[in-house]
Amino acid sequence: MSPVRLPDPEQLAERIRRGERAAVASGLNLLDNKLDEARQGAARLLAALAGEHGLSAGHLIGITGPPGAGKSSLLAAMIRKWRQSERTVGVLAVDPSSRPEAGGGALLGDRIRIKNTAHDEGLFIRSLANRSQLGGVASEVWPMSWLMLACFDIVVIETVGVGQTEIDIAEIGDTVCYVAQPASGDTIQYLKSGIIEIPDIFAVNKADLGAPARKTAGELTRASSRQDRRADWDYPVCLVSANDHSGIQPLLAHVDRHRRFLIDGGLFDELRARHQRAWVVRLLKDEFGTFGLGLLGGAAGVDAWLQARPSNQFAGYVQLRKHILSKFLSANHQSSLTTKEHVNEQAIV
Amino acid sequence: MAYVQNKRDQPWLIRTYSGHSSAKASNTLYRTNLAKGQTGLSVAFDLPTQTGYDADSPLAKGEVGKVGVPISHIEDMDQLFDQIPLDQMNTSMTINATAAWLLSLYIALAQRRGIDPGKLNGTTQNDIIKEYLSRGTYIYPPGPSMRLIADTINYTVKHVPKWNPTNVCSYHLQEAGATPVQELAYALCTAMAVLDRVKASGEIGAADFPQVVERISFFVNAGIRFVEECCKMRAFAEMWDQLTLSRYQVNDPKMRRFRYGVQVNSLGLTEAQPENNVQRIVLEMLAVVLSKRARARAIQLPAWNEAMGLPRPWDQQWALRIQQVMAFETDLLEYGDLLDGSPVVAAKVAELIDGARREIANVEAQGGIIAAIESGYIKRELVQSHMNRLRAIEAGDLQIIGVNCFRETAESPLTQGSDGGIMKTDPAAEREQIERLQAHRRQRNDHEVQAALQGLVDVAKSSDNIMPASIRCALAGVTTGEWGDTLRGVFGEFRPPTGIDIAIDSRELLGKKDQVAQLRENVASTGNSLGRPLKLLVGKPGLDGHSNGAEQVAVKARDVGFEVVYDGIRLTPQQIAQAAQEEGVHVVGLSILSGSHLELVEAVLAEMRARDLAEVPVIAGGIIPKEDADRLTALGVRAVYTPKDFSLNAIMADIINVVRDSHGLARLPTPQ
Repeated sequence: MSPVRLPDPEQLAERIRRGERAAVASGLNLLDNKLDEARQGAARLLAALAGEHGLSAGHLIGITGPPGAGKSSLLAAMIRKWRQSERTVGVLAVDPSSRPEAGGGALLGDRIRIKNTAHDEGLFIRSLANRSQLGGVASEVWPMSWLMLACFDIVVIETVGVGQTEIDIAEIGDTVCYVAQPASGDTIQYLKSGIIEIPDIFAVNKADLGAPARKTAGELTRASSRQDRRADWDYPVCLVSANDHSGIQPLLAHVDRHRRFLIDGGLFDELRARHQRAWVVRLLKDEFGTFGLGLLGGAAGVDAWLQARPSNQFAGYVQLRKHILSKFLSANHQSSLTTKEHVNEQAIV
Repeated sequence: MAYVQNKRDQPWLIRTYSGHSSAKASNTLYRTNLAKGQTGLSVAFDLPTQTGYDADSPLAKGEVGKVGVPISHIEDMDQLFDQIPLDQMNTSMTINATAAWLLSLYIALAQRRGIDPGKLNGTTQNDIIKEYLSRGTYIYPPGPSMRLIADTINYTVKHVPKWNPTNVCSYHLQEAGATPVQELAYALCTAMAVLDRVKASGEIGAADFPQVVERISFFVNAGIRFVEECCKMRAFAEMWDQLTLSRYQVNDPKMRRFRYGVQVNSLGLTEAQPENNVQRIVLEMLAVVLSKRARARAIQLPAWNEAMGLPRPWDQQWALRIQQVMAFETDLLEYGDLLDGSPVVAAKVAELIDGARREIANVEAQGGIIAAIESGYIKRELVQSHMNRLRAIEAGDLQIIGVNCFRETAESPLTQGSDGGIMKTDPAAEREQIERLQAHRRQRNDHEVQAALQGLVDVAKSSDNIMPASIRCALAGVTTGEWGDTLRGVFGEFRPPTGIDIAIDSRELLGKKDQVAQLRENVASTGNSLGRPLKLLVGKPGLDGHSNGAEQVAVKARDVGFEVVYDGIRLTPQQIAQAAQEEGVHVVGLSILSGSHLELVEAVLAEMRARDLAEVPVIAGGIIPKEDADRLTALGVRAVYTPKDFSLNAIMADIINVVRDSHGLARLPTPQ
């Protein structure tokens, strides 16, 4: 018997959509679970949450930046404003401190900095260790953020920017906000690295420092204006302070404006669908490796197959998982499987 | 031999750190202690009073009257000093974030009794730096907190000239792991930060500044390595003399004296064979009285049973008698300095001074002690030192009798009584204090209260001294919670800068390599069986701020492979249950040292049941008497760890099995 009691994914999806906190927690546990039966349940949960219409609700925001930039305190100030306007918030705080070479443990101490008030049922924080990912964002972050989107108005993924992280976060978030630390070499390095192509909004924190913050903002403004990712987006640079709470409201206005920009330009659904496809590929690769992915025609094959079925990528993910598993099984046992278990191979190859 | 005594020096002030349940009960205790020959009072306040909450605040639940006396308003203060003449008493108050408030209540009480505040004698601890680093009863951020300290200094130098407005504490740094060199360095850096702040306020002119310097006193710890501790005190005196001359131009040598009080080390007292603590306490005391040139001005000794629970009056009397034997029976006070001219002592003192100077320069280069706290530097250094100590105990390099060696023992008659050898606080105390507080609110003049609080707001926003407005509040009947909340509204609250993202090199700190490797394997294989990495929530419910134990467990658990969620101190049971749910942890560990473990653990368990988390196992650690541990187990707590469980590796092995039990997995053997 399994030591873990697994919930029924479809019932759980119902409860999550109703915003039951216990169900949200239980769903996140399921998405985190690597037992075979749990992976199957996780895929079904995501498919059930997305339903026939896909998930186009909510706003998924990535917040990234160098260590010490004050991301958590800034996020706390942003959350205070969101909560004042009665928007519910889910946070995935990704901590970079785990070290696989030293037992894989991690100290997750971000909640204390993000939380504002003693008790708030409209805020849900989950801390995540980065586990064995070398740079970049743990693969659990993506499904977890989608789960949270099913029940919170705003979902924030907070990460420490170290190159690959920003690239990953841009493949999850609708809006990516980079928090810069005034008068530190990080910003210069950042400008040089070319990763400046990624964020949609720049927030220079600690504006209460005065001149150094304005200088950093100036550097970022000059650099961001050269971006050509989306010609009609203006890549704003905001001066903010988590200390005296200045500039928070304008920053949030830019965040909202970016979502409207995506929707008005017809970019929003396309962006989310593209992100979903990229992460389905990544999850399949995590679980089955390049060989497993190769059974489906590689990354390009999966991407094309998913593009042909835009309504519910998660349902597609369930099917693709089953298909790879059946291929593995048939390779091992030389036995054929019922057609129900098969994906249309013609469409994949 | 003739019984003709030589001329004796005056003994130090003899005190016992005490207070519990209510102002009335504490007053009775104080008068009993004074009748037994105690020469000063040392007031222990409860945690709500120390952190600026009223007894009926949700955060105060379970904490009222536990670690000290609850003082919510001037009538409580009046009752605490009933029949005690304030102008003849020397009163030490262990109070920090709310020091300006408690001092205001004391001054207001003197005024009401027609006593000139200029005659008041005593000490407010009033050192916020070590609260951030170790003790945890901070409220406001460093800027406003330092301003409150400067205000009390400026005020007392002018109006209460015999008062010691601040006790720079190296005591708690040692409890947090500091080595003697670190104690010297960080205490002196703290004193400099305080003096610089007072100087910058400009309230007192340069000519009178030596009087400010003279009022700075220290509160020091003495551990069992008594030769080194003795040298540490001499090093303190020498460094303070030099520093006050060179940095603050204090020309009168008398004003450069290093004046300090002592509580000997509580950290080294053991729960195992607790009678051995008596000889530890005596030896630790010897270190601070032996040198005439660096002798303590005031001493309070812990009781032999502190590691087991709250001491009874008889236990406190024993601690008092130890001091009296040292002061009055021995010939110690008949001689000059015994250690002058000893080359061994001189060399050790020079070594400590040299190390401390280098560390002071290091902190100064980082912008001073406050910058070094905000960056997390000092916390990291202290945690590292503490881990070194724990590793040495686990490895047996540091011998502790009855704990990691010589453990065989006969039954102790001292702990056989029906009370288990400790004091029980009155469970009705909290309710009575709340009733008293609410009655007080009904009786006072609301108009005066509101006017006084508005005056406090105005002063807090200005750069004027906070004391006159606070004394007015005290006289109007304002409560501790109202004073604390009003200033919270103006100053905001301190949040630890970095949680505990402590960058410790595990390879160096892990102790027995094989054990750790085995523990990592156990954590990993259990995580694999459950489908995801083991996740532990370390929570500190209530107002107790002693976070070192919780942090050691958190760091150790991280090192053996747990994902550890640590939310810092002062959490309500509701917040802990919420965190356990949101984080999806496999086990919740609660750390409580304030004696309110029964109430708080029960509340956490109830909150967890309300959130469908009844199956998530809860463990508890702290100073928890055996009888209470049994009650906690009956409530459903899976394991209770007390100071006798010194091996973190053994605790980790046990926690892994607690998780395995809760999922029906077979237990794994403890790595040897």
